[in-house]
Amino acid sequence: MKRFGAFVVKEFYHIFRDYRTLLILFGMPAVQLMLFGYVITNEIKDARIAIYDPSKDVVTRTISDKILSSGYFILERNLNNVAEIEDAFRYGEVGLAIIFEPEFAKKMEKTGTAHLQVIGDASDPNTANILVNYVSGIISNYLISINSEKIPHQIIPETRMMYNGELKGVYMFVPGLMAMLLMLISALMTSLAITREKELGTMELLLVSPLQPVQIIIGKVFPYVFLAFIDAIIILILANTVFHVPVLGSVSLLLGESFLYICMALSLGILISTITSSQQIAMMVSLVALMLPTILLSGFIFPVENMPWILQAFCYVMPPKYFITIIKSIMLQGNGLANVWHETLILLGFTLFFLILSIKKFNIRLA
Amino acid sequence: MNDVTLTPDIRTKQGMAISSENIILVKDLVKKFGNFIANDHLTFQVRKGEIFGFLGANGAGKTTAIKILCGLWYPTSGELNVAGYDIYTQREKVKQNIGYMSQKFSLYDDLTVFENIRFYGGIYGLRKNEISERAKSLMEKLDLSSARNKLIRDIPLGWKQKLAFSVAMLHNPKIVFLDEPTGGVDPITRRQFWNLIYEAAHGGTTVFVTTHYMDESEYCNRVSIMVDGRIAALDTPEKLKYQYNASTMDDVFIRLARGK
Repeated sequence: MKRFGAFVVKEFYHIFRDYRTLLILFGMPAVQLMLFGYVITNEIKDARIAIYDPSKDVVTRTISDKILSSGYFILERNLNNVAEIEDAFRYGEVGLAIIFEPEFAKKMEKTGTAHLQVIGDASDPNTANILVNYVSGIISNYLISINSEKIPHQIIPETRMMYNGELKGVYMFVPGLMAMLLMLISALMTSLAITREKELGTMELLLVSPLQPVQIIIGKVFPYVFLAFIDAIIILILANTVFHVPVLGSVSLLLGESFLYICMALSLGILISTITSSQQIAMMVSLVALMLPTILLSGFIFPVENMPWILQAFCYVMPPKYFITIIKSIMLQGNGLANVWHETLILLGFTLFFLILSIKKFNIRLA
Repeated sequence: MNDVTLTPDIRTKQGMAISSENIILVKDLVKKFGNFIANDHLTFQVRKGEIFGFLGANGAGKTTAIKILCGLWYPTSGELNVAGYDIYTQREKVKQNIGYMSQKFSLYDDLTVFENIRFYGGIYGLRKNEISERAKSLMEKLDLSSARNKLIRDIPLGWKQKLAFSVAMLHNPKIVFLDEPTGGVDPITRRQFWNLIYEAAHGGTTVFVTTHYMDESEYCNRVSIMVDGRIAALDTPEKLKYQYNASTMDDVFIRLARGK
């Protein structure tokens, strides 16, 4: 046990003397969270629009007011004639233009129908779509409000977005970010640590000594479990205090699941290190085989259900996918173990699988 | 810094107490990698207290043999007894009683001299006061006391080499295995290193050293030469030179390698 202690102490020395490692371990989570939270946002606020209103009557003014007071839009300019519309878009001044037809209110009264045109800048199709939908929504609401007395039957849908009422993007990002960062720290760092030992030739000396191979692996891994866990806590605290992401469920369950995920990623790191001989290769394998799939195939950013079936099949072998589900379930929905036991078991299975495979490979190499 | 003396003080092989007791017993050691036979029925004994040189060209099977003796690799077949323990059933005891120094000197670059010593002392189960005592005398002997808190990457190669050897000896093993320990150092440093080996041997430690520097074989009590996975010759350097009618061990080797 004392031998093991001496070994673990050495591992901590390696970590704290390597500034790059420290940067990755502690700088990255904070930076990534800030990046995703503040910079990369798919919510639209203060989109600049132009309005061409040749009619200037009560109805058009009401509609314009409603649009501008929704919080989504800012009036960049009032257009004076049709020719100015194209310029407004070409120079990138606005993302949306609203054009009322002349004598709007009069037409509505006489014929019951009036036209308005909503033009979006679809060089960014996602944003354009969202903006157009916002406007359509506002107009529908307006119609309902003015028609409510005249029409006997109505269907008025009332929408409610559960667990994330304001549709804040950051709620989606935090679980994915945790999955990604913990995977990076645990798997990448572990595989680097072990291959570094091999590269230096010091692994031989460790194997000749009375230290058991099991002690060596656990000794290598232990500091990273510890540090990754601290990172998980940092991310959760930041997400909660800075971005107000709620933690509705049990915090201890959340931390327990994170710990399981860390162990899974560590075993994966160990497995990678048994099949690679140099740090460079270990890093490449970790990045390509782990990070990219984690980001793209885990449901972090792109929903699994929308992918072609063959990729969906891949997704089911991605451990991060299950972890993200668990985190969302606990944090945003407030669920307990009863709802996530299925995914928890899968993560456990992955962990055991990687561990057993690593031990086998380690032994083969020794023989 | 250890000064370079012009007439190196080499202790000689005279006065060494070599017992007739065998401390390494190898019988019909075979190691195969697939169809390639790296060690082909090796049989030899090493006596307690001797300096045993394990020579051979690159690829002859020296490194394989030494790794098997150290417990790093498993033999395909054969009997092995190291430091009085059977390599198959008493591996742990073997490991506790041997030291090892690899070609790469196996010290951690980003740890200090003292931290390295403390680490290896720790994994061999030495107590804290034992470690600090031995560290102190070791550093004094090697004139490294001033470098106690220097990182390994900042000390010269010659010092690293001597430190690596001393660390391998830290737990007073019965046998110390040296795998090409003098690679990459200048001839004077090599001579100084051999002083350390002699000192260890005079103190009763058996030294098993592999090298492809034939002149170093003269420093050994007995030498074995491996060719193509087999032991082609095993005797004292003097007897080998007589047997092969050669004036240097280089010549012995060439004659052996040629006449296969």
